[in-house]
Amino acid sequence: MKLTKTLLATTALTVAAGMVNADGHMSSELTIVSWGGAYSASQKGAYHDPYAEANGVTIINDDSSAEAVAKLRAMSEADNVTWDVVDVVAADAIRLCDEGLAMEIDADTMLADAPDGTKASEDFGDLLVSDCFIPQIVYSTTFGYRTDLVGDTAPTTVCAVFDTDAYPGKRALEKRPINNMEWALLCDGVAKGDVYDVLATQEGQDKALAKLDTIKDDVIWWSAGADTPQLLADGEVIMGSTYNGRLFAAIEEQKLPVAMLWDAQVFDLDGWIIPTGLSPERQARALDYIMFATDTQRLADQAQYISYGPARKSSAPLVGKHISLGIDMAPHMPTDPNNAKNTFLYNYEFWADYRDDIDAKFQAWLAK
Amino acid sequence: MADTKNNDAFVEFERVQKSYDGVNLVVKDLNLSMPRGEFLTMLGPSGSGKTTCLMMLAGFETATHGDIRLGGTSINNIPPHKRGIGMVFQNYALFPHMTVAENLAFPLEVRKIGKSEREEKVMRALGMVQMQDFAGRRPSQLSGGQQQRIALSRALVFEPELVLMDEPLGALDKQLRETLQFEITKLAHELGITTVYVTHDQTEALTMSDRVAVFDDGRIQQLAPPDKLYEEPENSFVAQFIGENNTLEGVVKEIKGGVALVQLDNGDLIDAKPINVAQAGQRTRVSIRPERVEMDKSRLQPDAHTLKAEVLEFIYMGDIFRTRLRVAGKDDFVIKTRNAPDQVRLTPGQIIDIGWLAEDCRALDA
Amino acid sequence: MSDISADGLDANGLVLAADGTPLKRSLARAMRRQKLRALLLVAPLLIFVLLTFIVPIASMLFRSVENDIVSNTLPNTVQELGRWDASTSELPPEPVFEAMFFDMFIAAEAKRHTRLGTRLNYEQTGISSLFRQTGRKLDDIGKVTKKPLEAFDSAWKDGETWYAIFNAGDAPASKNLMKSQRGLLKRLTSDPASGDVNFSPRADVTKLLPKAAREYTAWAIFTAVQDEKDPATRDPWESVYTALILDLKTADLSGYTGPNEDLLKAAQAADLPVPAFSEAFADMDKDWATPVPWKTIQTHSGLYTSGYFLNAIDAQKTDDGVAWQPENKQILLKLFGRTLIMSLIITGSCIMLGYPIAWLLSNVSARNANLLLILVLLPFWTSLLVRTSAWKVMLQQNGVINEVLVWIGLVPDAERLILINNQFGTIVAMTHILLPFMILPMYSVMSTIPPVYLRAAKSMGATNWTAFWRVYFPQSIPGIGAGSILVFILSIGYYITPEIVGGTKGVFISNRIAYHISSSLNWGLAAALGTILLVVVLALYWAYDRIVGIDNVKLG
Repeated sequence: MKLTKTLLATTALTVAAGMVNADGHMSSELTIVSWGGAYSASQKGAYHDPYAEANGVTIINDDSSAEAVAKLRAMSEADNVTWDVVDVVAADAIRLCDEGLAMEIDADTMLADAPDGTKASEDFGDLLVSDCFIPQIVYSTTFGYRTDLVGDTAPTTVCAVFDTDAYPGKRALEKRPINNMEWALLCDGVAKGDVYDVLATQEGQDKALAKLDTIKDDVIWWSAGADTPQLLADGEVIMGSTYNGRLFAAIEEQKLPVAMLWDAQVFDLDGWIIPTGLSPERQARALDYIMFATDTQRLADQAQYISYGPARKSSAPLVGKHISLGIDMAPHMPTDPNNAKNTFLYNYEFWADYRDDIDAKFQAWLAK
Repeated sequence: MADTKNNDAFVEFERVQKSYDGVNLVVKDLNLSMPRGEFLTMLGPSGSGKTTCLMMLAGFETATHGDIRLGGTSINNIPPHKRGIGMVFQNYALFPHMTVAENLAFPLEVRKIGKSEREEKVMRALGMVQMQDFAGRRPSQLSGGQQQRIALSRALVFEPELVLMDEPLGALDKQLRETLQFEITKLAHELGITTVYVTHDQTEALTMSDRVAVFDDGRIQQLAPPDKLYEEPENSFVAQFIGENNTLEGVVKEIKGGVALVQLDNGDLIDAKPINVAQAGQRTRVSIRPERVEMDKSRLQPDAHTLKAEVLEFIYMGDIFRTRLRVAGKDDFVIKTRNAPDQVRLTPGQIIDIGWLAEDCRALDA
Repeated sequence: MSDISADGLDANGLVLAADGTPLKRSLARAMRRQKLRALLLVAPLLIFVLLTFIVPIASMLFRSVENDIVSNTLPNTVQELGRWDASTSELPPEPVFEAMFFDMFIAAEAKRHTRLGTRLNYEQTGISSLFRQTGRKLDDIGKVTKKPLEAFDSAWKDGETWYAIFNAGDAPASKNLMKSQRGLLKRLTSDPASGDVNFSPRADVTKLLPKAAREYTAWAIFTAVQDEKDPATRDPWESVYTALILDLKTADLSGYTGPNEDLLKAAQAADLPVPAFSEAFADMDKDWATPVPWKTIQTHSGLYTSGYFLNAIDAQKTDDGVAWQPENKQILLKLFGRTLIMSLIITGSCIMLGYPIAWLLSNVSARNANLLLILVLLPFWTSLLVRTSAWKVMLQQNGVINEVLVWIGLVPDAERLILINNQFGTIVAMTHILLPFMILPMYSVMSTIPPVYLRAAKSMGATNWTAFWRVYFPQSIPGIGAGSILVFILSIGYYITPEIVGGTKGVFISNRIAYHISSSLNWGLAAALGTILLVVVLALYWAYDRIVGIDNVKLG
């Protein structure tokens, strides 16, 4: 390890010496980790390219967000963190923060204020769910359905998923308890405000699984976000849950006979963290990038590429048209008032505690 | 034996042809008849069709045309395992996963012979080759010669009337080969089995066989007892193939009193026995064994023709001397002389006269 | 050595080399040089294997039992809890709460309390947020003591006041305390904590005010090493205030003549209130007022734990021994069983499908064999994901196979076969993917079996079947063995394909290992599962060796 460090230090010195004239105290390379596909493309268009151009920085993309937590832990154990900025969902950010793998960010001093001078902490509001997390987008996990396969009356509530009489056919659900347990309870008559209290009890968990049991034979379980749009396209399922951006692409870009079911969509957040253990130069560069990429205009810019809502309140009015389709993006945002009539907020704290326990029960139930 | 030969043919090939590709015949019009108890060797260079014939007899190849009969019945359509023919393969083909005894018991087992009888027969068969002590060993623990003995006893254990052997001694060293040649012939005669033996080793063929079928180009060139084959080859291929031979080419000047006068290409005249020549003017290839060439004029007919020869090389080989000469413009003419006390030792460069008895020199096809 | 006889033997009858040294030693020397050279040649591979195989496996084995995080994070609490009898169902005594406060305070400053919370949450649901929230609220307890002290005399607001009291300067220093606190931080943060601190605790103050000196020293080291700030000028943590008030309750300051003597004596005279830790904890979260978290900490406080292995077999370690998990959480044993059975089925179907192909390969002409071999190897040229996804397209309900069956009328449109997202799908896809691993060793063994054996058997009267079964098949067993071991071991550890086509009933234990590695981050459990899998494979290998014999495995 010592040798590695010496080598790294030497390399860093050499590299640093070569670019002293460029920027004395910031690294000239930035490794950004994200989800790949259309999502990374939207970040490239809205953030990476403008930033790289303005600062002469080489940005390296790594599509590893799906296993970011595990990889960051491994990197940290090996004392060799190679990532500078990592895009993760809020739940992962909380875990990285808990593990001491992400640095704390003070929103007011490290992030840009809104154009009207509102402090960042206020602009992001309660979306700052962790000390280490800078929210970027609000996305939702919601249902899409095949307009041609659901019969004459299109589903209007999430409970259509559990109604196999009115809507016979297969459904796609994610192969994990999160969201599914909440929907099951909602459709089993539990009030929205009580869902997590109920789910914290053994009886509540049994109740949710019993509800899911009624459709178990009609479910195809997915594990990658791309699965549901594909299953819908193939006609393998008549409805299925996935991220709203994926459904937008299926509907507006691929023109599939699919419609959104916004009811009881579960809001979740995706955003940035900066790993701990970076050298001062790299940390400075990462912070500089974050400051740039999460300002009001950049967040609004991302919505030109993908239908995820910007995390700043001040960005919402700036959301314009899709960059290639030319359609208004606002109505496709999960946060649009018309879509957000009945929403459900993912409870990070609850799942941080109950994830392992309920997941074991859920998997045991699945295998039954 | 001779008198039963024709009316009691045991193995018969009648006008058998074989082609693999539909274009070339590997076996061309093969006719062969073997009496019971005969040891017949198929001898020939590789690709001459001898192994194909053996495989057709065993049933692993089917004849393209013609009839193969065993004991009077056609076996063309009988699968190999119903022919009841014992076979010894070139590389022994002992089953490596079975012990010696299991190998021997295998043919008995498939014939559903009871256990006690089986064991008795196995031990008897092993006794024939003096290998009783090896019953529990695996083939890989045996030497090549031992393996061949086991292979032999395995081919005999189910008492077949016909045994085929496909170059069984090819992989053994010379000394062992000679011992086994003797053992095989002894066993075959003792048990009265009919044996078809394939080899490309002429010594083996000559020492073991009742009759030898010399194969070349898909045909039997000559089918005869060994001595006849050696002494009286019927064509130049057989002459060349069996034993060492000197050949000279020329034209028949005349045939008189059973002696052909042949004028060699350089004009010299020699005497020969006409075999495949009928009249003057025919081209011929005369063949003479190295040991039948005489240097001592007193041992020839007074009027015999002689040739001038120049000694090129003299090789001392222990029991014999081997001398290479230049004769009639060819420098591969060899003579062999016995290492006797009075025998002269020639020196290279020496010019000598050589001659032979007309009956030792055979005028064959050109 | 002196009396060497003419035949090269010495007095003891040992054979000597030409130069008079014993031949054995000469030989050993020559051999050693040879061995050394051979070792040098294999050294790169040896090091590679060591680094990429042995070390990771060893570290995995270690991780499955490693549990020092509990005692490293809460050293004093663990010690105090050792004296608590959990079976009484009473809360632990006050000193436990006090130790917890100080341990947790440092841990929270080092941001290690959440990590411990995650660890303990594997055993007891809810501890994760309990620790996270407690970490946030700890300052409040500290403030209860900090504010009155600062209000009593504003000199306590000044970091230099504290430094003057606790720093040894020229006075004798307590090296032991310094060393133990450095050790504490080192274990807690896995940082060497060895830098210059510009502080050493005064020996007499340490004796007089043990808790305060302890906390101040920890703070000073942490401030200097982690925050890289000078402790001389900075305010200490709230916990130091609390510790001081606690110490002042009992300290005998009469003999004390050090710096700020008056301040200390005045503070003692003021008799400031000490927090009741148990009540304060209960205020932060009512769970602290139950024995549950304490029992969990006590049960799992050992440096090594069998907890992960117990979890891996659907059991758990509780305060009264080992117990099975509740039935609705039992999944892993079932998955182990399923993994083994399905791997056997996959191996079996690979044998059934692969054997004829391998036979064909070794019995057709070389040209055709090459072509066939390319076809066999063709799947290797496409990525695993592509092949698996292709099976999805083939097997799904609107997939190729169902469409064809419906089209030819074998299956009614409404009753399309379910061929994927179940065990069947996993078996089909994995058989296809692993088939080459079966065919290749079979082929390489079969191609060494001369066809003459079959002829020999037939010449002895065996039918085609007998010749095959008694003569050919036994000789091809080493190939089947090698292929089976390869396929079985590969399939037992497969997870991508089952994940994609396995649905709910076709997933393997490796899917859970992957889940615990990348999603739940329960690496200890993942390591325990992996270790069990490794042991199972080794056990099966051993069984195979006993039953079939390992020399009966050939790759050609």
